[in-house]
Amino acid sequence: MSDATTKAQGGVLGWIDARFPLTKMWNEHIGEYYAPKNFNIWYYFGSLALFVLVNQLLTGIWLTMNYNPSAAGAFDSIEYIMRDVEYGWLIRYMHSTGASAFFVVVYLHMFRALLYGSYQKPRELIWVFGMIIYLLLMAEAFMGYLLPWGQMSYWGAQVIISLFGAIPGIGEELALWIRGDYNISGVTLNRFFALHVVALPLALVGLVVFHILALHEVGSNNPDGVDIKKNKDQSGKPKDGIPFHPYYTVKDTFGLGVFLIFFSAVVFFAPEMGGLFLEAPNFEPADPLQTPAHIAPVWYFTAFYSILRAIPDKFGGVLAMGSAIFLLFLLPWIDRGRVRSIRYRGLGHKINLALFAVAFVCLSYLGLRAPSEVYFGLTVTTWAQIWTVVYFGFFAFLFTYTAFGFERTKPVPERVTD
Amino acid sequence: MRKLALILFLGLFSGGAWSAGGSADLMDAQVDVSNEASLQRGANLFANNCMGCHSAKYVRWNALPEALGIPMAMVEESLIYGAYTQGDTINAAMRPEDAADWFGAPPPDLSLTARSRGADWVYTYLNSFYQDPDASIGWNNTLLANSSMPHVLWRLQGVPEARYEESHGELQVAGIRLPEGQQGIMTEDEYHQATRDITNFMAFMAEPVRAKRQEIGVWVIGFLVIFTVLAWFMKREYWRDIH
Repeated sequence: MSDATTKAQGGVLGWIDARFPLTKMWNEHIGEYYAPKNFNIWYYFGSLALFVLVNQLLTGIWLTMNYNPSAAGAFDSIEYIMRDVEYGWLIRYMHSTGASAFFVVVYLHMFRALLYGSYQKPRELIWVFGMIIYLLLMAEAFMGYLLPWGQMSYWGAQVIISLFGAIPGIGEELALWIRGDYNISGVTLNRFFALHVVALPLALVGLVVFHILALHEVGSNNPDGVDIKKNKDQSGKPKDGIPFHPYYTVKDTFGLGVFLIFFSAVVFFAPEMGGLFLEAPNFEPADPLQTPAHIAPVWYFTAFYSILRAIPDKFGGVLAMGSAIFLLFLLPWIDRGRVRSIRYRGLGHKINLALFAVAFVCLSYLGLRAPSEVYFGLTVTTWAQIWTVVYFGFFAFLFTYTAFGFERTKPVPERVTD
Repeated sequence: MRKLALILFLGLFSGGAWSAGGSADLMDAQVDVSNEASLQRGANLFANNCMGCHSAKYVRWNALPEALGIPMAMVEESLIYGAYTQGDTINAAMRPEDAADWFGAPPPDLSLTARSRGADWVYTYLNSFYQDPDASIGWNNTLLANSSMPHVLWRLQGVPEARYEESHGELQVAGIRLPEGQQGIMTEDEYHQATRDITNFMAFMAEPVRAKRQEIGVWVIGFLVIFTVLAWFMKREYWRDIH
């Protein structure tokens, strides 16, 4: 595409460029967008998240063609898709696996930002847009999970919405307003369907555009946390930067291949992922009169679910869960450090971040288990309390050692190192 | 860092083992939905022993020939009782109202049981009936206590009795045993195989495409591996000049 970098004058492209900034946009965001040359494996997950988003949109559209959003017909229509629609099973598994895959890549993408300080100045807004995307994604996943109208769909939604009821004063009214009924019912299903297939995807796509525009305005961070725009050659190009296309388009194509191997392994050989991606009780139609023995949210919510259960008081739990997410929004301002990358930060920060990651994984695991189960002599509840403290401790320590100058950082190099 | 990413990645994708959850001590059904002979025997047993009371309303008869490797004419002749119209699903002979009257609750639809309960659960359930004079229907089940289902396969297995063990000072049902003289027409191994065949057929009913998706999956992943290797070489070629 080197011909696109010089302004095309004639032909179809010239005709379009005189009327629409096609070449300009291509160059700005792809052809002449200079990304640092030292991206490592952690940098695949952004483009993968974009790919999964497209997968969800396309498979979602096709599912909508045969799905029946009513309490009487929803469950049957899913089975109809699984059995009678040509390759309906494939579309559905791609969508259900895609939902979990979305969170896998988004969590790794977010952890990348933590590792290399990608949320720090001047990328605070990229991080905040990203967090809003994450929040919308949780809403999207939650509402999508009600649509199959199975037992876990129904009771999971019942439990989560009842959390709003714990808010003093307005709680009950709020829960009623969300449900549109005194219990989860066809009314709830219809509004969740509308939000899941129209409102939230629109908002998600819009925010992804903002996220990328903000990124391309300030430029990508890198594993060294070095500002590549400080070192430019005579033509004004960053010395450590390479055009996104073709270098990162071919690299991301390889990454996509690896991802698709994992993705297809799940879709074709373990679509239920042992009950993690599709929970067994959801193969029974929703029954308002019969509560399943064990209600657990899908794995991508269980870290926060653990924090909720760790607090004995219901409203306290809701507050703790809410702040666990809200604190992430504030991360660019909690971290007062000037060194971005983990490579040049102090040992204390390395330990703090490692513990935070371990806490998140442990909380996620604990959220899948019954509270009374015992591990190494302590109950799941006690373990969840310990890891909840570690989770919040991350933010407290981070602020303390960065604001008061306790962190011993290493000198950051002028140029990227590999 | 690369190693850490790999560990995280594999960790998130290998949840299979620890999430089945809850039900301990299930027998292993060793489901194999590509075993056509087993599916045929299972369909036969299902038609003769289960369909009287249970429906499988999501399963169309015409989905059977491909999976079982038999012609539709044979399905119509040996499995379907009564008239068949194109597109019919598996219905119970009994009317649900009658069933509710006779058993207290209508027997559940079995289309998805192998997925909602799990195939191992179904297999274990079929191997856990015992004679119980205290139960209203004369039968009980160690896996699902006081289930209102009689042991319809007793002619095959025989009439098992409860095996008691003392725990906390009380006698508790610990399992089943088959007393001398109460055996059915099958040996223990034969009965295990028969219930395994039924379970296999139910696993097929719960997800008719299961065998086919695994078959397709091999080709898809094979293609992706070749694609990814080529993509890797392409990447290496393009990046040759980056130092």
